Amino acid sequence: MAFHYELRFAGIGGQGNMLAGAIIAEAAIFFEGKYATQVPTYTSQVRGGPTKADIIISDEPIYFAESTHINFFLALDQRTYNLYKGDTLDGAIVLVDNGLVNVPEEDRKRWDVYEYPIVRTAKYEVGNVITANILSVGMTGELTQVMSLDNIFKAVEKRVPPAFLELNEKAFKMGVDIAKKLKAEKGK
Amino acid sequence: MATDYSKYLRMEKLPLYWCPGCGNGTVLKAMITAIDELGWNTEDIMMVSGIGCSSRATGYVDFHTIHTLHGRALPVATAIKMCHPGMHVITFSGDGDSTAIGGNHFIHACRRNIDLTVIIVDNWIYGMTGGQYSPLTPTGTKASTMPRGNIDPNFDIAELAKGAGATFVARGSVADPISLKNYIKKGLAHKGMSVIDALSNCHIQWGRRNKYGDPVKLVELIKEKTVTKTKAAKMTPEELEGKYILGILHEDKEKKEYTEAYKELVEKAQNE
Amino acid sequence: MSKAEIMNGNELVSEAAIAAGCRFYSGYPITPSSEIPEHLSKRMPEVGGVFIQYEDEIASAMAAVGASYAGYKSMTASSGPGISLKQEAIGLACMMELPLVVVNVMRGGPSTGLPTRVSQADVMQARWGTHGDHMIIAVAPETLLETYTETIRAFNMAEKYRTPVYILTDAVLAHLNGRVELPDPSELEIIERTQPTVSPDEYNPYDVEKFGDIPPLPNAENFPKYKFHMTGLNKDKTGFPTVDVAAVEADEERMINKIMNNVKDIESFEYYKMDDADLVVFAYGTNAAAARVAIDEAREAGIKVGMFRPVTVWPFPEEQVAELGKTFNNMIVTEINLGQMLYEVERVTKGNVEISTVLQAAGVPIRPQQILDKIKEVS
Repeated sequence: MAFHYELRFAGIGGQGNMLAGAIIAEAAIFFEGKYATQVPTYTSQVRGGPTKADIIISDEPIYFAESTHINFFLALDQRTYNLYKGDTLDGAIVLVDNGLVNVPEEDRKRWDVYEYPIVRTAKYEVGNVITANILSVGMTGELTQVMSLDNIFKAVEKRVPPAFLELNEKAFKMGVDIAKKLKAEKGK
Repeated sequence: MATDYSKYLRMEKLPLYWCPGCGNGTVLKAMITAIDELGWNTEDIMMVSGIGCSSRATGYVDFHTIHTLHGRALPVATAIKMCHPGMHVITFSGDGDSTAIGGNHFIHACRRNIDLTVIIVDNWIYGMTGGQYSPLTPTGTKASTMPRGNIDPNFDIAELAKGAGATFVARGSVADPISLKNYIKKGLAHKGMSVIDALSNCHIQWGRRNKYGDPVKLVELIKEKTVTKTKAAKMTPEELEGKYILGILHEDKEKKEYTEAYKELVEKAQNE
Repeated sequence: MSKAEIMNGNELVSEAAIAAGCRFYSGYPITPSSEIPEHLSKRMPEVGGVFIQYEDEIASAMAAVGASYAGYKSMTASSGPGISLKQEAIGLACMMELPLVVVNVMRGGPSTGLPTRVSQADVMQARWGTHGDHMIIAVAPETLLETYTETIRAFNMAEKYRTPVYILTDAVLAHLNGRVELPDPSELEIIERTQPTVSPDEYNPYDVEKFGDIPPLPNAENFPKYKFHMTGLNKDKTGFPTVDVAAVEADEERMINKIMNNVKDIESFEYYKMDDADLVVFAYGTNAAAARVAIDEAREAGIKVGMFRPVTVWPFPEEQVAELGKTFNNMIVTEINLGQMLYEVERVTKGNVEISTVLQAAGVPIRPQQILDKIKEVS
């Protein structure tokens, strides 16, 4: 069967999840030669409202662009986690910021859950909270293994303003390293 | 030399649709005479109107003409001016059209200071629809929708235009057509948004409800209620109560005109 | 050579408008169409065109009508309540017979409704939103590429038939980012309004006796030379008002017939997997994408189902849908509203076919699974 992979990045307005989703889709299109879509859902609340970006990567043209069979779910907010987790497939990879989201026990049984204080790490270790989305992109790349990390970073470079590239490169690499560490802890 | 009106009118469309004695004709004549004195070609003139008695003027003049919707002359005129900055764009509409349903467009056209000449035939009433009160119907006077006398306060069109950003504001009246023509002429020549409040008589719809059914009597009333800017300067606020001040009331030659500003924006965009 | 781009639906409408020769855009901010004015505020000055953000929706629509009168290809866009406010100007363009492209990025309603969410609940508004008898052309693209190509076609039809044309997209298509292979500009067919061949003195804007149902209309270059009058009142061939019974009747009928007599040129539709189908799904716009996925899955399960998808939704594809009614025993109508095109399908199939529906007005797309469930239930 042809390659088909669905992701959902959920959070609140202002966290940069829409851009993170666009970067993943652009990496797939420009640097992996695949079909990809990103479709955002947001509210009229500019900051703080529940948002999600659905990303589909496929070998074939994509018609219905909402993710309905999710392979990878990222959540950076509890309310949004609860609201949008429903389409996640059994056995899917779920990544949450455990400073912001509590994953119920029954969800841990269904999904391959990874937890890390993503936003706090962006703020204190990368040095700027706005890099949380790129940190997430790095983690997503390493956890999903559906595209080369180099190609994902090329898409980051295309989107990020030159003045912030160094900072975002730091965030991306840190994200990859954290994901590697989390996988190792699980024996993966 | 007397003006050859046939140069400016679609003669086959005459006689005018307006009631005998209506001030619309006087204002239209003042405008045509002003254009004649400026020596403009009819090919270069665009006239836009909304809906109402005075808005029918676009049908009589041999310019580029468009008779739009109620209150909407200014958005259309603005668009045409942006498309053809070299054309002289004039709007000709009534007080209700310009300041009630078209009020929002009016203040924003003034704010932009786009090079239009806005002639408002201010006859204090909605004439065509049957004498309903407008924002200019004098408080206390009767209208078909104010049978016990108007309780609404009025706009001062000149102050409104000035406050909103127009750079040429004048008020004239049909009782002094020569001055009215001069104000329109200066407004036409002005580069920027010019507004001419032309006090006019609707003896049928306003007049008959207020004991001024005779056009001459109503023009006399307008004469009594108006005072020139020069005379007004010497009068007390009490003496000026209920009077309309005539003359060029505001002129600003410094403020940037909108099509010029847009031209600069285009140059900037194309040189990036 | 085509060029691959990542763009969303709103950006594609904007770029297609420029490629089609649109040089006047007037608008007012509203979700989910705001990326159109944002994009064009940058692009229009670059191509020497006019962009104005007006004080309200009414002014922005009237300005687009004014620019069209002045010879420019013009466009305005909005959503929800904004489209309601534009209706009087759309009626004026119908009456004055001026080309105009109106983009409706459909969102939930009525009223403020669901500003950021998807809907197809304005299809009947597109047809009947402005008052009075009139005909309208409306297209409803399904994909990003079709958003681009249908925008070009919308401008072409507006110019060719001197009429307003709606582009009906929605909140999903507007913000959907994906790869699009844009056609090379040199491969695009761009239609311009027919220019008068008579002298300015002899020109009349509605001279149907001399020029047929769609008389010439000056472009921007010729506009200053041709003085003529236009009004929103019923008019005669010169553009001046008339109340002559025979003249008004003839003109009202001509304004509808100029579109209906050219329906073969205006229509556009797709038959998807219909060759051996014994069940048909009627879907349009982005909702057709959900239907397409459902049909593919149903076929894997051995169900012979296909889709009829109108791209031109107005005029309604009467002939094709009537034929489906005669050919099939069952039809599924699906749309992201509580049943609007359903009325048209019912009207033209005249009870010849059993109609089931998948309708939803909840601010979220109808999912392929919902349509698949209905296919399984009906087949």
